[in-house]
Amino acid sequence: MRIPGLDLEFEALPAPVPIWYAQVIPEQWEAAAIAVREEGGRLLALWAGPVGQADNSQADNGQVPPPSMCAAYVTLEGAFWLSLPLAPLAQIGRPLVYPDLAGVFPAAARMQRAAADLSGVHALGAADLRPWLNHGAWPADHFPLQQNPDKLPPVAATELVNYPFVHVDGDGVHEIAVGPVHAGIIEPGHFRFSIVGEKVLRLEQRLGYTHKGTEQRMTQLAPLQAARLAGRVSGDSTVAYAWAYCMALESACQTTIPERAAWLRALMLERERIANHLGDLGAMGNDAAFAFGLAQFSRLREDWLRASKTVFGHRLMMDCIVPGGVNSDIDRAQRDLLMQQCDAVEPEVRTLFNIYEAHAGLQDRFMTAGRVTPALASQLGLTGLAGRASSQAWDLRCDHPFVPYNSMEVAMATHHNGDVAARVQVRFDEVFESLRLIRRMLDEMPAGDVLCPVVLPQQPTRGAGWVEGWRGELFVALELGGADQANRIQRCHLHDPSWQNWPVLEHAIMGNIVPDFPLINKSFNLSYSGQDL
Amino acid sequence: MIWKVVKQIAKTGIRSEAAPDIGADEAAQAARIQQELLDILGQALTIREVDTGSCNGCELEINALGNPYYNLEGLGIKFVASPRHADLLLVTGPVSRNMETALKRTYDATPEPKLVVAVGDCACDGGIFGESYATRGRVSNVIPVDEVIPGCPPPPLEILRGILKAVRRRVA
Repeated sequence: MRIPGLDLEFEALPAPVPIWYAQVIPEQWEAAAIAVREEGGRLLALWAGPVGQADNSQADNGQVPPPSMCAAYVTLEGAFWLSLPLAPLAQIGRPLVYPDLAGVFPAAARMQRAAADLSGVHALGAADLRPWLNHGAWPADHFPLQQNPDKLPPVAATELVNYPFVHVDGDGVHEIAVGPVHAGIIEPGHFRFSIVGEKVLRLEQRLGYTHKGTEQRMTQLAPLQAARLAGRVSGDSTVAYAWAYCMALESACQTTIPERAAWLRALMLERERIANHLGDLGAMGNDAAFAFGLAQFSRLREDWLRASKTVFGHRLMMDCIVPGGVNSDIDRAQRDLLMQQCDAVEPEVRTLFNIYEAHAGLQDRFMTAGRVTPALASQLGLTGLAGRASSQAWDLRCDHPFVPYNSMEVAMATHHNGDVAARVQVRFDEVFESLRLIRRMLDEMPAGDVLCPVVLPQQPTRGAGWVEGWRGELFVALELGGADQANRIQRCHLHDPSWQNWPVLEHAIMGNIVPDFPLINKSFNLSYSGQDL
Repeated sequence: MIWKVVKQIAKTGIRSEAAPDIGADEAAQAARIQQELLDILGQALTIREVDTGSCNGCELEINALGNPYYNLEGLGIKFVASPRHADLLLVTGPVSRNMETALKRTYDATPEPKLVVAVGDCACDGGIFGESYATRGRVSNVIPVDEVIPGCPPPPLEILRGILKAVRRRVA
């Protein structure tokens, strides 16, 4: 593992996927980003590491790690996590700073703004300095991730501040403000459209409404219990998050889970993928005024969730993945039930696929709507399912297959049109592929234990988890205290692919008409909660 | 084309299931619920859903209420786009401080008599997120709540049962 032109000592983290860790100095911070970009690599996540906690009794004994800024990149070789130690305050009141990366990876901009709000670290030279997650509801000089989790100070509620949206001027230009309470049953966020007639000139998003202090809460929970919280970062991806967190914890504890547990996790992950794709395929039909599609797909989704309840005990499979494995095994009858369901669902989806494909009215709405060209997708870092629909051919299950994907040759679904139709097509392809994977998993799953003990380490450690959820890749970076610190979670960053994809939606809608926004938005189906944390 | 659609509809048949029992005698449950709604409201029960910081798990299950199995509109219940058209607010999530103002405004915009139902563990008691610099916790810390539906997330049938209980309490 290396970055061209940089002499870095990488430490391999024990995880089923290739993840390396290295410390960098300020001069290498931006050079590394540029080198990754030139290699065709991507920015996976950007976050502030543990920042010296105010009023912390442990601060004197040297146990608190120095403040740092972290970035994770992906190249064909794997993921690497770079940590930049930040210099101690030069003088009182001077904030901690690091070089801006938004010029190299535009997706970094919002992540840097979030780090400024939560940890009080600032990107030097960044163009956009507006707060992102702090809407004024708590004081601007209160940085929640700097607080000692045992002695959280009471925080006075303050008035929400007016957000300076970018204003578009011109003859006949007017604004439509939508949200945070939306018309449908969806999460809250604000969209500011600048339009002429029906055409959208510009969309600006303001998110952060569901910010609920998830990352501070992480540091208050015991590492073995925190999987429950990780599974609630974004409810639609609960399996993927629980797996990514458990992978990070097992990596930090040098635990290798039993093989059967990995197979059961993958089985649940593929079932979660299908459940979400079925829901989205129906909802996209509905947003194009094809109510038949919603009725049919929502019925299939309900069947699917009911089987999950029967076999795994929860409709969304929440809390089924636990540190060390999974919480219960499946028996022969349950295996048969899941197999029969694959057999029942596949021909139905095939029929609906043929109907969607041949429906001229539907295709007229889908095709060319919300187009993101492959060049734009690559420039802005579009990732996951939406990325694959714009020729960004990355899928962790294919790029770095781990148990059980290493024996399955997962076929990656890609498309080059980058429009709503392409995102529909990729979902159909992934449903069929996941059905194939589930069948193979049910057939070939090895026998054995499904849970092993996880022993928390004596020394402070770090671990990382990286999982291809249905929306895209999730990344979890975990820094764990040693036994003398009660193995406290020093920092746990949970990264959702929505961070990368929300800004691209602002581009996808340009030049389209306002009534197509719900359809285009749904075709991305990004998480608010996963981004707001 | 249309032939394929019709064929699929015919093959699927009617999948709707009986409405949940809410503690009264079983007979003619659905018809009685509908009649009760009409007696109270003189029209369908209209609901505005407000997510005040949920993880979106509750939204998935509320959305599932719209699938053919639960036949929500057949009971005379529908989701509307504006609080001004709503009889009942269905609120999810530990109320985030960033959503507190929006929730209060939504409540104020809902005409009297109004009902508020808190859905999910977070809305009922703050859930795993609790109260912090970023959240106010349970919905009743911010606006009056008539009925709570615990669960993480509660399944659609529990949500439907909670909605019906809230309405029955008003009629009783």
